[in-house]
Amino acid sequence: MRQLCKGNVAVIKGAILAGCRAYYGYPITPASEIAESAALLLPQVGGTFLQAESEVAAINMVYGASAAGVRVMSGSSGPGLSLMQEGISYLAGAELPCVIVDVMRGGPGLGNIAPEQGDYFAMVKGGGHGNYRNIVVAPASVQELAELTMLAFELADKYRNPAVVLCDGFVGQMVEPVDLEEREAVVPEKPWAVEGTAATRKNLVTSIYLESDELEGHQRQMEAKYALAAREEPRHELYQAEDAEVLLVGYGIVSRVLRSAVEKARQEGLRAGLFRPITLWPFPGRALVAAAARAKRVLVVELSNGQMLEDVRLALDGRVPVEFYSRVGGNVPTTEEVHTRFASRVQAAA
Amino acid sequence: MSEESMVAVAEIGAAQDDFELLHAKSPVFYPVYERKSQLKQQTHYCPGCGHGIVHKLVAEAIEDLSLQDRTILVSPVGCAVFAYYYFDVGNVQVAHGRAPAAATGLARACPGRVVISYQGDGDLAAIGTAEIVHAANRGEKICVIFVNNAIYGMTGGQMAPTTLVGQKSTTSPWGRRPANEGYPIRMCELLATLEAPAYIERVALCDNKNIMKARRAIRKALEIQRDGGGFAFVEVLSPCPTIWGLDAVAARNWVAEKMVPAFPLNVFRDRKPGPLPGGGPEPRSVAEVLEIEARTADDSSKIQHASHSFQTLTVKVAGSGGQGALLLGQLLTEMGLREGLEVSWLPSYGPEMRSGSAHCHVCLSKERIGSPLISHPDVLIAMNEISLRKFSPQVAPHGLILYNHEQLPEHFAPPEARIVCIPASEIADKLGSTKAANMVLLGALLEETGCLGADTALRVLDEKVKKIELRNTNREALEAGRQFVDKEVWTGAETQPDGFAG
Ligand SMILES: Cc1ncc(C[n+]2csc(CCOP(=O)(O)OP(=O)(O)O)c2C)c(N)n1
Ligand code: SF4
Repeated sequence: MRQLCKGNVAVIKGAILAGCRAYYGYPITPASEIAESAALLLPQVGGTFLQAESEVAAINMVYGASAAGVRVMSGSSGPGLSLMQEGISYLAGAELPCVIVDVMRGGPGLGNIAPEQGDYFAMVKGGGHGNYRNIVVAPASVQELAELTMLAFELADKYRNPAVVLCDGFVGQMVEPVDLEEREAVVPEKPWAVEGTAATRKNLVTSIYLESDELEGHQRQMEAKYALAAREEPRHELYQAEDAEVLLVGYGIVSRVLRSAVEKARQEGLRAGLFRPITLWPFPGRALVAAAARAKRVLVVELSNGQMLEDVRLALDGRVPVEFYSRVGGNVPTTEEVHTRFASRVQAAA
Repeated sequence: MSEESMVAVAEIGAAQDDFELLHAKSPVFYPVYERKSQLKQQTHYCPGCGHGIVHKLVAEAIEDLSLQDRTILVSPVGCAVFAYYYFDVGNVQVAHGRAPAAATGLARACPGRVVISYQGDGDLAAIGTAEIVHAANRGEKICVIFVNNAIYGMTGGQMAPTTLVGQKSTTSPWGRRPANEGYPIRMCELLATLEAPAYIERVALCDNKNIMKARRAIRKALEIQRDGGGFAFVEVLSPCPTIWGLDAVAARNWVAEKMVPAFPLNVFRDRKPGPLPGGGPEPRSVAEVLEIEARTADDSSKIQHASHSFQTLTVKVAGSGGQGALLLGQLLTEMGLREGLEVSWLPSYGPEMRSGSAHCHVCLSKERIGSPLISHPDVLIAMNEISLRKFSPQVAPHGLILYNHEQLPEHFAPPEARIVCIPASEIADKLGSTKAANMVLLGALLEETGCLGADTALRVLDEKVKKIELRNTNREALEAGRQFVDKEVWTGAETQPDGFAG
C-alpha cells in the first residue's frame, strides 16, 4: 500500500527494512526528523537509538557499533557532517561499513537551513584526511530516500566502506507516497567484526599501519575495491535523452525541476533530455558520455557554485560544450527559470 | 645515602621480592607480539613507564576474572595506541579522544560483553572531554582506565590538561601558569558530580602498596562489567620517566611527591551497580512499526479512482503559524493519493515557521511529478493578508485564489486570477473553533473546483482525526465552506476584485 511519508522519515523506514538496528545522531535542521523517527521506531523493533553529545561523538559511536558488526547509521546536515569528517576518515581507513545521511542546507558556516547542494565536494570528493572514497547515492524522491538508504547499506557492507545518502533539504522535508514491502534483510557475514566472543577474539579493527609498505599495501587494496565499485556501481536515470540536443544534468531536487523543464521544452518542440546521476561516487561518467552522444550542449544545474560540474566536465572531456546554471543560498530554480535559460540559447543557436 | 634514596632502594627491594608475582606474563598477553614489526618479544613502552604496569594489572584482572573471551579493548591515540599489540582480546583502535564514544557503540551492540576504554590524559581530559563526560553521564556499561602522566607522551612532551602548576613542558616552557593555561583538571572529582557512574577511584603507581591498590581498583572496575555493567572509572597516576627526564625510581617518587598532592587518591564513588531507571516500548513487528500493510485484494478499494478534470493541479496554501495551512495541504495530498493520483507536498520549514508564517506546495497529477516546487500555482489558498499580498502575483492567470476574509484588503491590485473571499475564520469561530478555518477553506475549494471528492475528504478526516468532537467540528466546517460557496458566491465572474461575501 502506498502511504504518505516525509523524506526524512522514509530514510529510517528504509534503514529498518535494510536491517539497521542502531542509530547515533545529533539534531539539526533540516535533518532532525531522521533522528526523531529513529528515536520513535528503532526501539520498537529492538534497535538502539542514542542522541549523542555531538556529531563527533555520534560518528565514533557509529564506528564502535560498526566494529561490532551491526548495521548502523547516522544522519545530519552540513555543519554536523563537517564534524563527522574525522570519524568518516577513520571508518574508511578501518574499512568499517556504515550509512550516513546528509540532508544538505545552505553554507558555508551556519549558512541557513534552506536546501543547497554545497556539500558535494565534502561528501563525494572526501573531506576527511587521507586517501579514501565515500560511496554516495543521491535520491530525488521520498521513495528513493527509502530505497537508496537500503542500497547504501548493501554497498557499505559489500565494500566495507562508509556510504553516504546525499540529499537536500527539500527532498528530506517533502511528503510523497512510498510503497514499501517487508523483506528479509540480508546482512552478510562479518568475520572481521569484534564482538567480545571467543570466535572473534583475534580480530582487530584499526586504521593504523605504522610501516610505510604496510600502509601502501592497505591503500592499494582499498584502491582495488574502489576500482571495482567504479566499474560495478554507477547508476543513473535518463529521461527523453535518446535524441536530446540539449542534455540537462542534475541530481536530487534539481533533477525534478529539470524533468519538468524537459517536459515544457518538448511541448515546444525543443529536443531536451535529462541525465540524472543516482550515484555521485562512483560517478556514472561512461553513461553520461553515451547519453550526450547526440547533444549539442550540456547544461549542468546545481544548487552549488559548480561542484558536480567538475565531474561532468571530466567525464565529457571536451566532447560537448558544457554550460552551468546555479542557484545557491537556499534558492531553487523554477522550471521556467531553467527553461528560459536553455531555450533562449537553443533558439539563438538555431 | 640520603634518607630519601634509602626509601627508594627499600622499595625496589620490595618490588624484587614480588618479582615472581608481578612479572609472570599473563596468558591474556600474546606470547609473542606478532603485530609489532620488530622486537616482537618486548613492548614499545619505555623502561619504567606506567603504561606497562597498568597493562599488566589489566591483563591479570581479565585473566583472574576469566573475561578473556568476553573482552573488547578500545585503544586510544597516545602512547597506548598499540595496546592491541599485546592484549589477546578483541581489539578496536579509535580516534584521539573518542574511545568513550566508540566504546558506547560497542557496548550497546554487544550487551553482556566487557568493554574497556583505555586512555591517556590528553586523550581523555583534553580532546575527548565531551565524550568521557557524556559516557559517564549516561552510565555507559564500560570500564575506563585513565592513565594520567601529566604530559603528552606520544607526541614528545607537550602540556597536558593534567600538567601540574609550574611544570615545564615543550608547550609550557615557563612552567604551567594558571593565568595562561588554567589549572590541572581533576577528572575523578569532575565525574563524581554526575549521578550515573557506579565506581570512580584514583590510584597511583608510586610504590608497591599503591600498585596493589591500583590492582584492586582495576579488578573491581572489571568485576562491575562482569556482573552486568555500569560506568567504572579508574584514574591511575602514572610515571612517564622519558618525558619527565627522570629515572624509573625518581619518576615513581615524582608521582608520590608531586602528583598525589595535586590529585588526591580516593574512592569517589562506589555504588552497587544496577540498571538505571528505564522503560521502553513493547517490541512489535517491523510491518506493524513501519505501518506496512500486507498487500491484499481489497487494496484497490482504498483507492477510489475518480475522474479528474485536470492533468496536474498545483495548490499553494499559506497562512500564519497555527492556522493549519500545512495541515490543509497534507489533507489535500492524502486525498489525492486516495483518488489514485501522484501527489507531493513540500512545506516551508524551520525559522520561517517560527517567525509566524507557513506555506506549502501541493501537487496533484495523473503523471509522475517533476518539480514539487510550484512557481505558478493553479490555486492559492491565502489564509491571511500577508500571504495574499505575497503570493497572489504568482498565481497562474487562469488560476483561483481563495482568501480567508469577507473582502479584499485596501490598496490591493488584484491579479488576473479569479478571487473568492470567504470569511473562513469567522465561520469556524461560529462553529466553536477558529482552528477549523482551514476546513472551511477546504470545503470551499472542493465545492468551487470539484478537484477532489468531498466524500474522500470525509474519509480522510475520519481516519486522521482521532478525537470525536474535533472530527465533528471539522466535518461541520467542511460542510459550511461548501455551503458558503454554493449559496453565497456568484460563480459566474472571472474576477471579483471586491471579493464576494453575498
Ligand atoms: C586529532 C588529533 N590531534 C592530535 C593528534 C596527535 N596526538 C597523538 S597522541 C597525542 C597526545 C597523547 O597524550 P596522552 O593522551 O596524554 O597519552 P600519552 O601518550 O601520554 O600516554 C596527540 C596530541 C592526533 N593523533 N589526532
Ligand atoms: S613516553 Fe612516557 S608514557 Fe610514553 S612510553 Fe615513554 S614513558 Fe611511557
